[in-house]
Amino acid sequence: MNPMAENRNETVIEIRNLEKSFGENHVLAGFNLVVNKGENVVVLGRSGTGKSVLIKCIVRLLDPHAGTIHVLGTNMLDLKQEELDNMRAKIGFLFQSSALYDSMTVQENLEFPLRRHLKRNVKYDIAKMVDDALLSVGLKGTQKMSPAELSGGMRKRIGIARTLILNPEVMLYDEPTTGLDPVTGREINHLMLEVQEKFRTSSIIISHDMNCVRMTANRVVVLIEGKNYAEGTYDDLKKSQDKNIKQFFD
Amino acid sequence: MTLGEGISKPIKTFFIEAGELSQFAIRFFREGFRPPYEFQELLRQSYEIGYRSIPLVSFTAFIMGLVITIQSHPALEVFGAESWLPSIVSVSLVREITPVITALICAGKIGSSIGAEIGSMKVTEQIDAMEVSGTNPFKYLVATRVLSTTIMLPLLVIFGDMIALYGGFLGVNIRGVTTFDLYTTQVFNKLTFGDVLPSIIKSIFFGFVIGLVGSFKGYTTSNGTEGVGRSANAAVVISSFIVFIVDLLAAQISDILHLL
Ligand SMILES: Nc1ncnc2c1ncn2[C@@H]1O[C@H](COP(=O)(O)OP(=O)(O)O)[C@@H](O)[C@H]1O
Ligand SMILES: [Mg+2]
Repeated sequence: MNPMAENRNETVIEIRNLEKSFGENHVLAGFNLVVNKGENVVVLGRSGTGKSVLIKCIVRLLDPHAGTIHVLGTNMLDLKQEELDNMRAKIGFLFQSSALYDSMTVQENLEFPLRRHLKRNVKYDIAKMVDDALLSVGLKGTQKMSPAELSGGMRKRIGIARTLILNPEVMLYDEPTTGLDPVTGREINHLMLEVQEKFRTSSIIISHDMNCVRMTANRVVVLIEGKNYAEGTYDDLKKSQDKNIKQFFD
Repeated sequence: MTLGEGISKPIKTFFIEAGELSQFAIRFFREGFRPPYEFQELLRQSYEIGYRSIPLVSFTAFIMGLVITIQSHPALEVFGAESWLPSIVSVSLVREITPVITALICAGKIGSSIGAEIGSMKVTEQIDAMEVSGTNPFKYLVATRVLSTTIMLPLLVIFGDMIALYGGFLGVNIRGVTTFDLYTTQVFNKLTFGDVLPSIIKSIFFGFVIGLVGSFKGYTTSNGTEGVGRSANAAVVISSFIVFIVDLLAAQISDILHLL
């Protein structure tokens, strides 16, 4: 029996000994991470330490050199293109830059993930799906706007709405609050908690914003030199005497 | 740094770039014609690339037709061969001037906009976002644009030919009066299918080069927004350069075929 199968209901993401280098630059050097169902895990690390590389490996935007990645019990490193696309539909990815399609309206942005993921022979009410997704992020009625007209916080919200439209089971947030003012950042933190509750998602949140960590993390993993350096709740880490960990709180 | 290194680095870069561009072209032929097809995006791009270029192409073709006719006049007058003006000018317009000028104009207008558009999508992670939402960005963005330029450029050239010949008619009329009927008779007495066909075939290659190089530079953009400008610029320079090389090859090939 597949050893993953027995605790599949618990473990949603399991990463073992992940390695990824760019030439001589060994970004990830044996990284481990487990995310359980319904949990928000924050990966904390300074900029340039490979946080984005990590979550890009999970959805196979980058291919790791060694290690294993299982999402919902599926080995992500051994999939045909079609299987990969089906897995990706279950994983919502919020890019650091929001990555809204500039040449499309909000409506078209939200419809874009649907074009390859709707079943034939089923009638969908796409207008309603878009409506609902926008409602979930508190931006009802913005269908006709273009990304250029949106503020940074709104762009993040639309980026989240675009992933929610496929009802993902897993969310990956790449620095959701970086570049936002504190008030807007706090709103995005609340939104991530709402998403966790309403959609029952399990998430990896990448951040170095301690407000975001405090508000959203069920558990924190500190990424230093390509490895999971430390792990615990926000309060655990706050008490730590380790200077590498203390620096995040200063 | 020795002199040898100073010369060898750009040469090395050149060959690496040429190799990557060829791989990109191979990928286009491998992936571009497999389902699912992106017809709607192909139509949209053809409209953007073809229809929107008509004013600029018309303007330059018209001026070229007019200017070449005016400038050829004195030379023919010396030999008393002014009646040859329409046929000589039309052959050089159709065979060489309109296709190359149109291709260069399009390399500037279309090549740079493809390079900048895809480049900015690359640096703002829009291409990654497409990939994770199940749409193959190479097919959606690159294949559609390369196909559009390949189809639209020959059409723009044919259109440009007609405008250039009309410009030539005005040029002839500046010195002596001629009727449009007489002018077209003189033009089509000399202009054969053997002049038109090679020029259309090479325009297909020009279109392919412009779309391919623009997409390649865009798709491989790095270094943020600064890289986007550099990609757009390189797209124009490299595609114009290749247009001239293709033109030279085309001239040689049609010359050889002519002899046979
Ligand atoms: N596609 C790539 N090619 C080469 N190097 C890369 C690439 N992506 C990331 N890197 C390098 O990997 C390191 C980690 O990058 P990243 O994961 O983006 O950092 P961050 O933790 O700030 O998200 C950096 O040194 C970066 O230069
Ligand atoms: Mg990052």
